[in-house]
Amino acid sequence: MAFFNEENEEIAKEIVGRYPVARSALIPLLHLAQEQEGWITKPAMEQIAELTDTTSVEVLGTGTFYEMFKFHPVGKYLIKVCTNISCQLLGADELFEHVKTALDVEEGSTTEDGLFTFEEAECVAACTEAPCFTVNYRYFHRATPELFDEVVVDLKAGESPLSKGCADDQGVMPKHGTLSRVRQQIPKTRSAGIKHPEEIKGPPSWIEEVV
Amino acid sequence: MTDITSAETAVSITVDGKKVTAKPGELLIDACERNGTYIPRFCHHSRMQPVGMCRMCLVEIDTGRGPALQPSCMIECSNEMVVDTQSKKTIKAQEGVLEFLLINHPLDCPICDKGGECPLQDQTMAFGPGESRFIEEKRTYRKPIPVNENVFLDRERCVLCDRCTRFADQVAGDSLIHFIDRGNKTQVNTYPDQPFSSYFSGNTVQICPVGALTAAPFRFKARPWDLTEVESTSTFDSVGNRISVQESRDRVLRFTGVDSDSVNWGWLTDKERFIFEAYSNENRLSGPLTTNEVAEGSQKHAVATSWSEAYEKFVKAINETTPERIAVIGGSRLTNEAQYIWSKIAKGIIGTDNVDAQLDDGFSPEVLLSLNPSTIDKTCKPGGVIILLGADPKEELGALYLRLRHAILQDQCKLIELTPTKTGLSQLATHSIRVPPGKTLEAVKALSGEPSELEDDILKELTKVQKIIKNNDSISVLLGRTSLAETSSIVEEGAIKLQEYLPKASFLPLLRRGNINGAIDMGLSPGLLPGRCDLEEGSDKLQNYWPTCPTHKGFKTKEMFEAATDGQIDVLILLAADPIMDFPDSQLVQEALDRIETVIAVDIFATDSVLQADIVLAAATATEIEGSFTNLEGRISPIRKSVTPPGTARPDWMIALDLVQYLVPNLGPSTFKELCEEISLVSGIHKDFDFSKVEQIDKEGVVLNRGKNKTQTSLIKIPKQKANSFRLVVTRSMYDKGVLSAHSSALKGLAPGSRIKANPKDMEKLGITSDSTVRLIGLKGEIQTRLTPDPETTRGTIHALWNQDGPDIRKLIDSSLPVNDLKIEKI
Repeated sequence: MAFFNEENEEIAKEIVGRYPVARSALIPLLHLAQEQEGWITKPAMEQIAELTDTTSVEVLGTGTFYEMFKFHPVGKYLIKVCTNISCQLLGADELFEHVKTALDVEEGSTTEDGLFTFEEAECVAACTEAPCFTVNYRYFHRATPELFDEVVVDLKAGESPLSKGCADDQGVMPKHGTLSRVRQQIPKTRSAGIKHPEEIKGPPSWIEEVV
Repeated sequence: MTDITSAETAVSITVDGKKVTAKPGELLIDACERNGTYIPRFCHHSRMQPVGMCRMCLVEIDTGRGPALQPSCMIECSNEMVVDTQSKKTIKAQEGVLEFLLINHPLDCPICDKGGECPLQDQTMAFGPGESRFIEEKRTYRKPIPVNENVFLDRERCVLCDRCTRFADQVAGDSLIHFIDRGNKTQVNTYPDQPFSSYFSGNTVQICPVGALTAAPFRFKARPWDLTEVESTSTFDSVGNRISVQESRDRVLRFTGVDSDSVNWGWLTDKERFIFEAYSNENRLSGPLTTNEVAEGSQKHAVATSWSEAYEKFVKAINETTPERIAVIGGSRLTNEAQYIWSKIAKGIIGTDNVDAQLDDGFSPEVLLSLNPSTIDKTCKPGGVIILLGADPKEELGALYLRLRHAILQDQCKLIELTPTKTGLSQLATHSIRVPPGKTLEAVKALSGEPSELEDDILKELTKVQKIIKNNDSISVLLGRTSLAETSSIVEEGAIKLQEYLPKASFLPLLRRGNINGAIDMGLSPGLLPGRCDLEEGSDKLQNYWPTCPTHKGFKTKEMFEAATDGQIDVLILLAADPIMDFPDSQLVQEALDRIETVIAVDIFATDSVLQADIVLAAATATEIEGSFTNLEGRISPIRKSVTPPGTARPDWMIALDLVQYLVPNLGPSTFKELCEEISLVSGIHKDFDFSKVEQIDKEGVVLNRGKNKTQTSLIKIPKQKANSFRLVVTRSMYDKGVLSAHSSALKGLAPGSRIKANPKDMEKLGITSDSTVRLIGLKGEIQTRLTPDPETTRGTIHALWNQDGPDIRKLIDSSLPVNDLKIEKI
């Protein structure tokens, strides 16, 4: 009843191998699971428990603490509109209402085609560029309903709207769950070489370095 | 324990202006409580690691940098620390915390089971603000959700103290409940479809500081203030956990654990906690029974009779035969006092030595007596080495398992396992070595550096163990049966050899049945008299009290049944023993019972064996009698009466005293007090112990000094395992078809059922899968079953659980063989 596909299972084992205690890999593996499926499914939690030598409920308990892990199906693109004070003063409410009518969804739900999930966001820490919305956590600054419509047109056409975003990014928009378009690669030679806590005698190594 | 007040390292602190002494490293909240200042708390529990979750124990602490509010459960005492638990700031902080805790806590105390014994209720009264400013709607959840079969959770009452989840993770090692979600939505819950199936789940109910966790057997049964409570000892297994028995209107409603430093630390297994349901089951025997004189060949039919008639029939059966044709089996359920008087009836009045409290599932008392005795505390001594020879403590002696787990995880004890199967402790073991069944002695030989016929990879591991043992002077051995399908000599020989090699090592016998240790002390064992002395050495002392005394060592249980099948036994007395269910070789038992003229049973339930008895004497059980209990360490603690027995059922000691009068009129003892006095007079190991004052013993009990004898066993020859045969390993699991579990509604559904396991590689070789039915053939019988592939099962063995539903594994056991090898045939 394995959840991870073959490629991801290899990656998962590599991630577990980075840590002296397997359970340290719990959160990285939750990200990997979300990348594969778009959200955290039951089989995913069960396999992560197996890989990290924990119980399924520990995986569920840890995962549900974090807002970015979704335990229900999420569309390919997760749209979040900030409604905190700065954004609100500069038109977030209008933007919020516009998104609702443009996508024909209620806050917290997904469009029928499974493309968009719409959520209200707490402050996204870009108050100087208010109002803001994000798509799969990629920022769009000084947003207007028009900008939002353009982004939706791009996404529906299968094109990347990222060039309209804040980061002057010409790349593609990854689907929800993908943290980074570049896979982190840590060759064995560059591993941090962290010791198991029980093997450490005396003060932590960084104290020795400071002295 | 060191005297902390005079220790050089003791720490001096000031609490509310009063100078007190604290242990170094002691938490402030504990130091204050020990010195008479109670600081309110919810999350803090002295048997678990602190977390500082609830903030209730905030007090003003000054460590030289000025006073500041800090949680006293997270702060270790340091010298010159000044603490103010009554300052304005402290009071305001504590009131604030309580007001916050009560924001979402429903005020449903009138219908809450915890009401009346609720720390939240009590501490709100003592430390709370008296009024809430919260007028908004409270958080609600679906009312109780079961976290397992016996424990219910009302999430809206939970104050998120982390006690139950910490218990599950740290103490029991079953991390199956956890905080889920965050912020206002945080709740304790299980994973969907994965219940909190822990043998210890009932403890979370006991430590929950609010009414969030409740146990099904007690829900809505009584209000705490209507309960009458007595402190007693759990007689269910041989750890002898301290319990509080709580009763209302002559019905036991609850057992809770009592925190005894040297035994159970307040913890109980669910089996011990919920077993009381069986005691008040309506199917209990409520009076003596006898069989009708019916035509020969027809089925026996039991009818109620009077006690005097039952006694007369008993005496008649005894008088019609000769002592050596009478046998007594069982007695481990009885109190020490009842065991003594039954021992006197059997050996001192009837004059038979065919008396055995063990049903071939324990050890020879001579061997136990030749080993250095140990206690749980000694076994769990920080930094020591624990060697496990057989039996899984998690399955057989749950509370001991929790102590061992703590010793390994917190007190740096090293566990060495020399067992044929994986146990509940294997994951924590420094070395978990799978010794093939029957090879215990070989493993011990290898440890002591002698040549041994074990395989190289096991020998390599044992060499590493040797180094650990050499560098440690605190070595304890847990001595239990590795398998019920092999003779006890296998482990006994290993133990004797180990004692020779490690003369300082001490041994804790894992005999499992209730008061089995008391039974051996009282002479319910062939060749032994009260005080654990042999027939020759003990008879002088008994002369004035016992009319007779056997001169030749009698039969063990197995030998009794063998003799019975040859027609050498006429009367069999079963003292709360159910050999049909509990003796490994069930066919032998049935053949024996068929040949025996009169079977007399003293019991609380109509077990399979009782149903075949001719005279049945209904006994009272642990909550209905006064007396004492001896645990596996030799620790005596009191059993106290809480309720009255059903009908005319009587305590075992009372039945026995009556019988003494019927057998030899005017022979003492005639009262319970005289009985207590007689034990101290005749038993050397009890000479300084006053049984009549047993109720004055505190919760720690008194450990007997039993001394030590020399013994020699003749080496038995273990046959070599033939190619293509499989050696049978049978172990117990926590829940089985035992008669008490079957009569407790909370426990009866919990037995895992038969699962006969084999190594997948062996199965592949034989061309069988988990779907194919196979025939397992022993020397005496065969069964048809499916095999479960299990990579943990040693190759060349078959591992089965004792006394489960499904195919009867006992058909494969021939108790006359040292080991039982099986053939597997594909159907």
